[in-house]
Amino acid sequence: MITRVPLIALVAVAATALSASAFAQDTIKIGELNSYKSQPAFLEPYKHGIELAVDEINKSGGVLGKKLEVISRDDGGNPGDAVRVAEELVTREGVNILAGTFLSNVGLAVTEYAGKNKVFFLAAEPLTDKITWQNGNKYTYRLRSSTYMQVAMLMPDIVAAKKKRWALVYPNFEYGQSAVEAFKKLLKEKQPDAEIVTEQAPPLGKVDAGAVAQAIDDAKPDAIFNVLFGPDLAKFVREGNTRGTFQNRFVASLLSGEPEYIDPLRDEAPVGWLVTGYPWYAIATPEHKAFLDAYQARFHDYPRLGSVVGYVTIKSIAAGITKAGSTDTDKLIVAFENLKVDSPFGPFVYRASDHQATMGAYVGKTALKDGKPVMVEFKYVDGAAVLPPDDEVKKLRPAGG
Amino acid sequence: MTVQSLLFQAIDGLAAASGLFFVAAGLSLIFGVTRIVNIAHGSLYMLGTYVAATIALRFEGALGFWGGVILTAALIGLFGAVIEIVLLRRIYRAPELFQLLATFALVLIINDAALWIWGPEDLLGPRAPGLRGAIEVLGRRLPTYNVFLIVIGPLVLLILHLALAKTRFGRLVRAATQDREMVGALGVNQGLLFTSVFALGSLLAGLGGALQVAREPASLLTDLIVISDAFVVVVVGGMGSITGAYLAAVIIAEVKALCISIGTASIAGVAFNFSKLTLVAEFLVMAVVLIVRPHGLLGRRQTVMRSLAEPEEPLRPAPAALKAVGAGVVVALALTPLLARSQPYVLVLGIDVLLMVLFATSLHFIMGPGGMHSFGHAAYFGLGAYGAGLLVKWFAATMPFGLVAAPILALLGALLFGWFAVRLSGVYLAMLTLAFAQIVWSIATQWGELTGGSNGILGIWPSAPFDIRSAFFLLTAALTLLGVLLLRRLLFAPFGYAMRAGRDSQLRAEAIGIDVRRVHWIGFAIAGAVAGVAGGLFAFAKGSISPETIDVGRSIDALVMVLLGGIQTLTGPIVGASVFAVLQDTVMRQTEYWRALLGAIILALVLLFPAGIVGGLARLRLRLVRP
Amino acid sequence: MNTLEIANLSKSFGGVRAVDAVTFAVRPGEFLALIGPNGAGKSTCFNMINGQLAPDSGSIRFADREIAGLPSRMIWQLGVGRTFQVAATFVSMTVVENVQLALLSHAGEIFRGWRPVARRHRERALELLGEVGMREAAERASRELAYGDIKRLEFAIALASAPKLLLMDEPTAGMAPRERTDLITLVKRLVVERGISVLFTEHSMDVVFAFADRIIVLARGKLIADGDAKAVRENALVQQVYFGTGKSFERKRELLP
Repeated sequence: MITRVPLIALVAVAATALSASAFAQDTIKIGELNSYKSQPAFLEPYKHGIELAVDEINKSGGVLGKKLEVISRDDGGNPGDAVRVAEELVTREGVNILAGTFLSNVGLAVTEYAGKNKVFFLAAEPLTDKITWQNGNKYTYRLRSSTYMQVAMLMPDIVAAKKKRWALVYPNFEYGQSAVEAFKKLLKEKQPDAEIVTEQAPPLGKVDAGAVAQAIDDAKPDAIFNVLFGPDLAKFVREGNTRGTFQNRFVASLLSGEPEYIDPLRDEAPVGWLVTGYPWYAIATPEHKAFLDAYQARFHDYPRLGSVVGYVTIKSIAAGITKAGSTDTDKLIVAFENLKVDSPFGPFVYRASDHQATMGAYVGKTALKDGKPVMVEFKYVDGAAVLPPDDEVKKLRPAGG
Repeated sequence: MTVQSLLFQAIDGLAAASGLFFVAAGLSLIFGVTRIVNIAHGSLYMLGTYVAATIALRFEGALGFWGGVILTAALIGLFGAVIEIVLLRRIYRAPELFQLLATFALVLIINDAALWIWGPEDLLGPRAPGLRGAIEVLGRRLPTYNVFLIVIGPLVLLILHLALAKTRFGRLVRAATQDREMVGALGVNQGLLFTSVFALGSLLAGLGGALQVAREPASLLTDLIVISDAFVVVVVGGMGSITGAYLAAVIIAEVKALCISIGTASIAGVAFNFSKLTLVAEFLVMAVVLIVRPHGLLGRRQTVMRSLAEPEEPLRPAPAALKAVGAGVVVALALTPLLARSQPYVLVLGIDVLLMVLFATSLHFIMGPGGMHSFGHAAYFGLGAYGAGLLVKWFAATMPFGLVAAPILALLGALLFGWFAVRLSGVYLAMLTLAFAQIVWSIATQWGELTGGSNGILGIWPSAPFDIRSAFFLLTAALTLLGVLLLRRLLFAPFGYAMRAGRDSQLRAEAIGIDVRRVHWIGFAIAGAVAGVAGGLFAFAKGSISPETIDVGRSIDALVMVLLGGIQTLTGPIVGASVFAVLQDTVMRQTEYWRALLGAIILALVLLFPAGIVGGLARLRLRLVRP
Repeated sequence: MNTLEIANLSKSFGGVRAVDAVTFAVRPGEFLALIGPNGAGKSTCFNMINGQLAPDSGSIRFADREIAGLPSRMIWQLGVGRTFQVAATFVSMTVVENVQLALLSHAGEIFRGWRPVARRHRERALELLGEVGMREAAERASRELAYGDIKRLEFAIALASAPKLLLMDEPTAGMAPRERTDLITLVKRLVVERGISVLFTEHSMDVVFAFADRIIVLARGKLIADGDAKAVRENALVQQVYFGTGKSFERKRELLP
């Protein structure tokens, strides 16, 4: 009797598989997977963004006359589970469009899976350059500006600051490493006389903030380039403020203007940092206003950058399907080439050369207003302006297509 | 870097040490007395940060903050007492380590509960009123709050030390730490002692969390980070030794501070960034300490712990019914590819389930019959996966070569690490295996040129004819079956008996000429190699391998699967792995709060089947057969 | 030639000489008792012979080989069997498997990984169990045995390696008087049949005086008497060490639980 359990388990699997495979013909299904449990701060607003987009699309008649249905899954925050979840979406739910992922390595694993299994994949958030360049493939597009683009957006102001001695601090994983790599490369090109005086690479989520802030201060840099985010950033800022690490120093910081990372700092948020981010309260364009109103009406909360990413992910796919006139994978791939999408940040396109979207980001300075962190003197930098030209991209994309 | 900056970092490091000490001291006390490996200790700490931050934000000012710290500690202590009374007390008589399952379930539940209560965004509490500034030390600014922490750590150490040395409660705690059975003999109300120790340990975790509010935000990610740090500190210091815990906390904090303050240095002309070492520094320290001092810095050899549970039944050959079921499973597996067209996902999930079965069975091999509780079995899974992946990446090898390389690399790793591990026993062995696993993990993460760093290795796909899913499924099924049967065969052979003899009584096994260390070493290596096969197959099944796949979470999963099925039976790991893998897959799909649901299901199973699922069913059958 | 020769054996713990220059020998086929009051150094002496402790100085020769400081499993391999004061078995195995495992180890088959234990040395194991009167219990889980039966099983395990010398640490400890005599009678019969020399410690003086061929007495780490039952019984030093006065110790012994 003892070992009947695995059989029962198998039967249970078979049964659930059977019950779920019936699906309606008048919907278009999109399989969406993300690290909801391991990165909730970014991904809860992201999910709201998705819901908003789906509602808007379905209320206005859907896509190709069919309703859009997004099937969301937790990818477990690791590539192994993510690939299984992707397979589940494809084989059990019968989707042929995948979207989502947050962590760079999860995104890369799903990119790899999509390429191998000929499934369309729109990487929403993972920032690593490899998704569109070294490891890029025909089936994968990416929405968010890559680390290279984010760094490049900050570069003009960095060069203008004319600082010689730089300290770098970044989380020691793909995102941090590739951001620093891009920074070093661009700094060398644009300002050959600058030097790196210290480089701190604490483990992600485990920064020893006091020691790191102190070590940076001891190195006496003129400027600091920061890539920390989340709890690491909060700890680093608090320790740095107490120790005077940021006093009279120019700080350039990636993503730190995004509400999900800077808002928790409240009145302790740094002032005068050069950041990329999302000043939702001050973007006056009509397309953003419409998005903001709809979002606030529905969720009684302000949008984070994640909300925009989720929203635009779905809008992109809808636009792609409409242009292709079908959900056929090959047609969809072709339709995405130079696909123009209207977003709350304005229109952008998916480049044919490297499948990277040109949706940009806001670059500005941090400040405090009524005890709340804000971005000031910001400007929108179009992704197209910072991406390398097509012929250069060709070289970066060995397996392209 | 100057001498002054080093010195300053050293002083600063003492503040970090105090923080580590609070959590570790509670964990050490709890383990010392109750022998429970409380994985939920980090969750109690996390709750402490959230509760204290909430109170301090609601009631501003000094009273809100400092009163909040004290109130938080008390609340978390109370919560700990409730956990002990409601949950853990029911399963003290379960086989060793089983309580770990319950605390694992609590980790899942508490994390989702915190998400539900406080939402996903980090919660930054206020700075400590009165201690916002900094003082000038060595020409640098030392935050006054750090000065406070530097003082409060040793102060709490002193208080605990006196309480343990001078009070009746303290004497009982020390007696129980040395020999749990003695406490029963002393006529002490054991239940009350355990409850109060659990409450005290939880209080310390809550206090540790509350005091960090002034330094860092409350975040849902802290529970697992803190628990791994705390374990390292406890083990380095010596289980049950509070002073040892402080000493270890200081050493680890100082080593990290040193790595950070050195920054990038040039060794023999090669630039090396020491700050990256903080990822693994604590585990390196732990491995070195355990190799040199097997019971930690100030720990004592533990009395042999006689399990409160009944010893396992003698091994009997499979009865006809079991054989029939086994044959049925084999036939079912062979027929499963027929579903490839109509139910392709059954194959996908089936491959994952089979790999977990093989992985869990290999852990059970050393954990059950060998009595070696490896907390780092993911290392060998990972070595197998990377063995296959590296061969594919660097030599463009095809799958057959990859699948040969997988167990070989895992075997070599297990031979190396096992040689050290079998010299220890009990929880020290568990922690040394964990340290080795973390070292493997950090090599995979750090040595980017070789391993692809945090991205891992991509493009590891099966070669023909196994590039068709049903063929790969059959291959996986065949190798899993082979592995499981091979391990089973070994257990019925003299080698397996020798391994069990060494576990039952090392002294007596040696007295009849069995070289227990050697037997256990070879057993460890075999288990590693089999785990390597599972890892190799995993890499090809997923097309990629990256450090997350082999982190501490996977080691814990393996433990959970073995314990869930029942450590005292041979079919336990098979059932445990199947149930856990299917459950996780199903639950992840069903609900937003899937972790809490998974935790609740595990808790229910723990309470229903305190000997694991198979163990519970077997007992039930015995009761029916012999009323 | 003597089976075992101990010369000038010493061991100290933190400055206390637990065993102090002890010299004695076990002759072939001899049933030799080692007695002494608590703390006399019997266990320390025993544990040095069986390899659990390394001596500070002195020599232990067995079968013409120096064995001092060797690990216990090597001493066992040379032909020194052993039973423990607190008897126990490999609790997860059946009675017969316990004996089979010892036979397997003796045959050097521990690292075999294919043919199941069930089919190895079973006949011989059952035979040994028969000799200690345990054949009926062969298939029972050893953890279910009564204490007296565990003692018998342990004895069968010790015989499995066909030892030349058997070290028995208080073979009758924890048993009722009636059981004691039965067990020691059995032990004596079987070792005499096989020509095994036995060195044993024992608290029960009636057992010692009734069965031992020769008795040696330890007190405070030193050997103070060596002779047959009568000689030891009448030795003034022994009487003094045991009770301070010349009273007979059998009677005193019986008063103890």
